[in-house]
Amino acid sequence: MIEKITAHLKSPRSIVCLGTLGLFLVLPLISQTLDTSYYNKLAIRIMIYALAAVSLNLILGYGGMVSLGHAMFVLVGAYAVTIPSSHGITSGYAHLALAIIGAAVVALITGAICLRTNGMAFIMITLAFAQMLFFLAVSLKQYGGDDGLTLPNRSDFGLFDLSNNTVLYYFTFALLFAALFAMFKVVRSPFGMTLRGIKQNERRMKALGHAPLKYQLTAYVVSACVAAIAGFLLANLTNFASPAYGAWTVSGELIVIIILGGVGTVYGPVLGAAAFLLLEELLPHLVEMVAPDYKSNWMLILGLLIVIMTLTLKRGLYGSLPGDDE
Amino acid sequence: MPINLIITQALNGLQLGVLLFLLAAGLTLVFGIMNFVNLAHGSLYMLGAYFAAAAFAKTNSFIVAVLAGSLGAAFVGFVVDRVALTKLYDRDHLDQVLATFGLILFFNEFVRIIWGTGSVFTQVPEELSSTVEILGFNYPAYRFAIIGVGLAVAAGLWWLIQKTRVGMLIRAGASNAPMVSALGVNIKLLNTLVFALGAGLAGLAGAMAGPILSVQPGMGEPILILTLVVIIIGGLGSIRGALFGAVIVGVVDTLGRAFMPLIMRTMFDRNVADAAGPALASMLIYLLMAVVLAVRPQGLFPAQK
Repeated sequence: MIEKITAHLKSPRSIVCLGTLGLFLVLPLISQTLDTSYYNKLAIRIMIYALAAVSLNLILGYGGMVSLGHAMFVLVGAYAVTIPSSHGITSGYAHLALAIIGAAVVALITGAICLRTNGMAFIMITLAFAQMLFFLAVSLKQYGGDDGLTLPNRSDFGLFDLSNNTVLYYFTFALLFAALFAMFKVVRSPFGMTLRGIKQNERRMKALGHAPLKYQLTAYVVSACVAAIAGFLLANLTNFASPAYGAWTVSGELIVIIILGGVGTVYGPVLGAAAFLLLEELLPHLVEMVAPDYKSNWMLILGLLIVIMTLTLKRGLYGSLPGDDE
Repeated sequence: MPINLIITQALNGLQLGVLLFLLAAGLTLVFGIMNFVNLAHGSLYMLGAYFAAAAFAKTNSFIVAVLAGSLGAAFVGFVVDRVALTKLYDRDHLDQVLATFGLILFFNEFVRIIWGTGSVFTQVPEELSSTVEILGFNYPAYRFAIIGVGLAVAAGLWWLIQKTRVGMLIRAGASNAPMVSALGVNIKLLNTLVFALGAGLAGLAGAMAGPILSVQPGMGEPILILTLVVIIIGGLGSIRGALFGAVIVGVVDTLGRAFMPLIMRTMFDRNVADAAGPALASMLIYLLMAVVLAVRPQGLFPAQK
């Protein structure tokens, strides 16, 4: 038994997984000795994107539901912080509750309609709803409309207060860790197995007596609520929320992150988020070193890298590492 | 509401619809035949607009500009297809989405490097800069020309697909590619041809849209989203669906933007209407798409199987 566990821990997947989680855990200490908060903020961003991508991966990777509208739940979560806060309500519990309930209601309504379709049509109808919500946010002129709304006070949880960046860091880390743990358990549970079965062959699962819609809708709503928590964190990090948080390009980026990390792996989205955001951060500097005149054109390299990675890494960064299949 | 305002806006809608059709026809063909999701289709439209603007600045001839736009985009489509995309035909839709998303980033920066970050302005050609009088009011001749070219392309495509040998092979490839290949047809070449044709149509749309819209990096994305809406409403893989879907989306979107604030003013306070009207008008086509998908998931005019 112990031999089995140690062998499991020695697999490249486990090493990468535990190593990066450990790095996240000690990063604030390293930053403190280096006397800079730059890396902390970047790491919080990575963890928030990872959280959103992990939630999307539940429906995309395990449920086979490719949603191009997932950013709308991030938007709901972000507005659930800034709008109450602008009216003087700073309680984090109220913000979080509003984010989760809001996302659940939106997901129930849109999910019930979206899940009538599948494949390409599902991609597009989720996009349609996300665009509707995006323009709804734009039309809220009293909350900044297009320009968005700054957050006067970060969420206050009584015992602790997110206005301290280190607190926000470990709060985000704890939520991401909890989400990963929950994902690990859920995809192995009877519920998760049924969901994966529906992805592979819906007709067979029906014949076995399962109603696909029930499982798919549940997964869709749960995934939406977790994405809203990511939106809640994002608004607290940036002290700001705008319709741009729910733009279709954000949904696209989340899909890119998942594919980059590994579709249908629990930990893949975290690696994908780290790789994507680090590339965005580092490429401008790298390009500047090689060709200073083209510093602002680093997206050219990013685009090419994405194409090359798609062509070569068939199962994403995490999926390509040797290790136990999940 | 003055009647000629409504007619003008309806014609503007038709003109937008025709541009959308040029894009949607290529996208829906590539999807219907190769089962390939090409998000970079909007980039080819953008490249067409840039090529045309550059050619027009050099030669001052609109014909040359349109040719440069469409042939240039077709050539880029051909190269990209051969170099990268053929490897993705058998892969998952998700991989195709990711790779073409990367291409969007690449092409946006590519035009920034060559033509700069600002907008490039081109003029409406002199011979089309006048207005045409119709039913007692004036409408720009250039927009009429766009509508004319679009309808001519629609007729040409119908002829190509339904009446020629190449069209027959394309239709056969759409229903059973391995069988067509087994009969000795070079399916890869056929796929590349269809891809280049779609790219050329996107480039043509870009070349013609250049003088009435601003030519700038990233101009392909908003229209790509509209085009996706069109092919979903019309029915994936169906040229007829692309035509009707494009006209419906173009007219609904244009009329919505023009009249939604006015209609809302009759119901709400002026300030509320002016604030919410434009945003709600932008929602209209998505609402339309959601309703179509919820009621008829296969689209209004699905391709015949």
